[in-house]
Amino acid sequence: MGSTNSTLLKIPNVEVLMQETGFSPAHIIRLHDRFKALDKEGRGYLCPQDFGAIKELAMNPIGDRIIGAFFSPGKETVDFHAFVKILAHFRPVDKDRPKEPNSPEPINSRSNKLKFAFQLYDQDKDGKISRDELLKVLRAMLGMQVTEEQLESIADRTIQEADLDRDDAISFEEFRKSLEKVNIDHKMSIRFLR
Amino acid sequence: MASSVYLCLLRTVFLVCIVNLLIHGVSGDEDVNQNPHHHLHENITGLPIVTFKWHHVETPYLVVLWVFVAALAKLSVIELNHHVTSVFPESGLLIILGFFLGGIVWGADKAQTFKLLPSTFFFYLLPQIILDASYFMPNKLFFSNLGAILIYAIFGTCWNAATVGLSLWGCYEAGAMGNLDIGLLQFLLFGSLIAAVDPVAVIAVFEEVHVNEVLFILVFGESLLNDGVTVVLYNVFEAFVNLGGPMIDTAEIFKGIFTFVVVAFGGSFLGVVFAILLSLLTRCTKHIQIIEAGFVFVVGYMAYLTAEMLSLSAILSITFCGVCCQKYVNANMDEKSITTLRHALKLLANGSETMIFVFLGITAIDTEIWVWNTGFILLTILFIFIYRIIGVFLLTWMLNKFRLVPVEVIDQVVMSYGGLRGAVAYGLAAMLDEKTIPEKNLMISTTLIVVYFTVILQGITMKPLVQWLKVKRAAHSDLKLIEKLNNRAFDHILAAVEDICGRIGDNWWTRGWNRFEENYISWLLMKPKARKNRDYLFSIFHKLNLEDAVNYVSEGERQGSLAFIRSDKAANVDFKKQFGSEFADVMPDIMVDMSSYELGIENFSVTSIVKDTIPSVSLDINAQDRKNALDDINAHHLLQQHLYRSRKHHRHKYSRSHFSINQSEEEVQEIFQRTMRSRLESFKSAKMGVNQAKKITKHHKKELAHKMANGHSDGTGYLYGDEVDSAVGSETGVISGTFMRDKYTVGAGIENPVFLPDMDSPTHSSLPWLMETEAVAPSQRAQRRLPWTPNRLRRLAPMRISTCSTDSFLMADVSSLTLEEHEELSQTDHDEIRPVFD
Repeated sequence: MGSTNSTLLKIPNVEVLMQETGFSPAHIIRLHDRFKALDKEGRGYLCPQDFGAIKELAMNPIGDRIIGAFFSPGKETVDFHAFVKILAHFRPVDKDRPKEPNSPEPINSRSNKLKFAFQLYDQDKDGKISRDELLKVLRAMLGMQVTEEQLESIADRTIQEADLDRDDAISFEEFRKSLEKVNIDHKMSIRFLR
Repeated sequence: MASSVYLCLLRTVFLVCIVNLLIHGVSGDEDVNQNPHHHLHENITGLPIVTFKWHHVETPYLVVLWVFVAALAKLSVIELNHHVTSVFPESGLLIILGFFLGGIVWGADKAQTFKLLPSTFFFYLLPQIILDASYFMPNKLFFSNLGAILIYAIFGTCWNAATVGLSLWGCYEAGAMGNLDIGLLQFLLFGSLIAAVDPVAVIAVFEEVHVNEVLFILVFGESLLNDGVTVVLYNVFEAFVNLGGPMIDTAEIFKGIFTFVVVAFGGSFLGVVFAILLSLLTRCTKHIQIIEAGFVFVVGYMAYLTAEMLSLSAILSITFCGVCCQKYVNANMDEKSITTLRHALKLLANGSETMIFVFLGITAIDTEIWVWNTGFILLTILFIFIYRIIGVFLLTWMLNKFRLVPVEVIDQVVMSYGGLRGAVAYGLAAMLDEKTIPEKNLMISTTLIVVYFTVILQGITMKPLVQWLKVKRAAHSDLKLIEKLNNRAFDHILAAVEDICGRIGDNWWTRGWNRFEENYISWLLMKPKARKNRDYLFSIFHKLNLEDAVNYVSEGERQGSLAFIRSDKAANVDFKKQFGSEFADVMPDIMVDMSSYELGIENFSVTSIVKDTIPSVSLDINAQDRKNALDDINAHHLLQQHLYRSRKHHRHKYSRSHFSINQSEEEVQEIFQRTMRSRLESFKSAKMGVNQAKKITKHHKKELAHKMANGHSDGTGYLYGDEVDSAVGSETGVISGTFMRDKYTVGAGIENPVFLPDMDSPTHSSLPWLMETEAVAPSQRAQRRLPWTPNRLRRLAPMRISTCSTDSFLMADVSSLTLEEHEELSQTDHDEIRPVFD
């Protein structure tokens, strides 16, 4: 445990971080190691290029968007705190944890998980997934097998399914509603981040 | 109720007949019938006109009669009072019915004439049930829970077998059962045969309960796989029993464990091999479509028998054969064959399930097998119940440490309570060798009691228990494109996050497997055609559109508006044929021209909505009467000129190998050529401004809705135009070609004011494709615009989202329409658009 504590101590504000994200010390240490491994030059922050160096990620059709999600608008770097906070979205919801009435919503709540997914579509950050934005994602994910016209009709149909106020775009509220029946906790969680 | 009573009577009469026949046959003319020549010589007086040859047909006749009786039993059980069927599970009722049938047989015969023989069960009744279960296994769910299922199936079964056997032995040693001739090994053998949860019973009960899918797959997958495990365990212990206690040493035990592994995994592997074989086979069955569905049965059964021959686990073999081949077989085979296969599999499985339960009941009515030993029987029931619960909780506790979504306590309760025993246990018990196991009959009767207890009692109480515990039920949800889309996005996101965290997790494996599967396995096992256009999201999209199309047709038929070409029979037939092939017929090249297919349907459903939004729907029918003759003549004309009149092959009814009507290559070719020619012609004439479109009378409507229809058909026109190029040889090409042509010709010759009075009639809206012919806009405009702007598509919405009122859509449409009009005004030829605003 001695080494654990010493590693933890190196991270500034680790208590706050653990409080906010719900990660255990072991997780924080593991993520810290990973962070350092990604940060090859030891600058203490990560650039998009550092993410791009992950081979598998480069092959991910929506990898760019996911990398983009780590960087708040206008910023080119992400430090360890922000890094962990983003990853905390993917922690499974813990049911046993006592719910404090006035505590802020945890990062890994259903609606935060959804928000994360939503912003991957909503690249211009106007709070709405427009047809073009959806089309871009579709194009990336469906690849070569489907023609452009088919993509467009799929996009239209998708929007039509979710679009309640008829503005040809999906707002977050509509997004949330349309995925009401999906077990988000199941689909947007990773086991080892428990 | 009355019908069921009637049925019962009918059946009783039947049975008595059979039995009498049988007795008669057995006692009377046995020797005579075996020597028909002798018989003939004896009564040489004349040529016998009719001879009664019962023995000649006895075996098949009895089989058929029993199948018939079982089917009647099922019918009467289903037709029973619904209060009874809602409480009793079907399987339990069938067993009880079997008691009665057995009673009748007993009453007539004074002996047990019919019973379920293990060989019949394992060779003729079980395979199709397992094949059905595995072929329709929800693959993704199964494989994502495979770890848990395997642990339950292997360790759970071993645990049950060992603990039940040992505890019974302990109680026996303590003197709870009196004096029996059973040793430890025999107890373990009994434990192993009674350990397995039976898939037949489990499916029968759980299908009626509708628990959530994870719970279902855990129970179901376990029951399917542990059958294999039980059979293996049974064989190992049987070998031990035959070997005798003193001969068994450590080496033999290790050999036993090794056999277990080899038999189980060898069987599974064999199944996979047969699945590959089957997939490869279906790659090249295009020209024998009518029998390709049969291959699944034959190869599946071959997998079963081959495994049996090699003394590997036959059940595991056929299970894995079904699970692994389904994806490729479904992709390779024609849609019709898949439907055939689905129905045939369900038929066989359901039938043999019924037979099994009925016979389980009938078997009970036999004085020979009943040996009562209160201690043994009660303790067995107690132990299988207790150890099942302990086993499930223990294993789940371990599994939950590794599961992303832990199995909840309530689910565990249902799982342990769902440990129904069934025919497999009985079959194994009946296979016991009386020489080595003197207490065979006790074991059989105990097994039967356990089966009755679990299937009937636990079956009845399962539903109330599930309700009382508030177990999560299967969420019934409509198919939604956005959900599927996001599921895929989530998969990518999770994989990416795992990459970022630098850990090889589940998603990494899933993705790796998918990639491997896509690149190599699909390449090997799938037809190139099927591989090309099989994006999952797209097929969902396709499915949704098909649904809309079907809705549209049924809606239209209800309003009688599909009978729009009443005057001309020939045209009508032709049109219907085309219509049919558009919607229902699955064309040979469905994968390739999916796109055109798709858009055709989309197009129809959109028009249907347009029609729905017109407030005066009822006018449609009335208006049709008012419709002047000109309309009909025009329609006739149009059809005769443009629709391809397919040659009728009057062979589909009696031909054994061809169902389809219009699939000859030349015809397809001809359709294509005609389409292209007419397109070319119309293109030319449109360019030269030749007015040759007198036959078209429809003009723009004043109503906004009609306007919308026009705007809409531009879009389709454009798409169709493209599709004709790509969808070579498809029948839809005809329709699209027709539309294209009309469009151009109309564009050229529209301004004949003579036809303007026609416009007032609102009837045209009821004719989906007549609207297509009204299309006026030149294609340049269509190409400049995106063909499917959402506000057009939105008109689909009332069909899918029923909560919103139609009026609001209409409003939305009106508002979007004004925009469209401006656009059109600015972009289209003024000559064409003017009549609308006159």
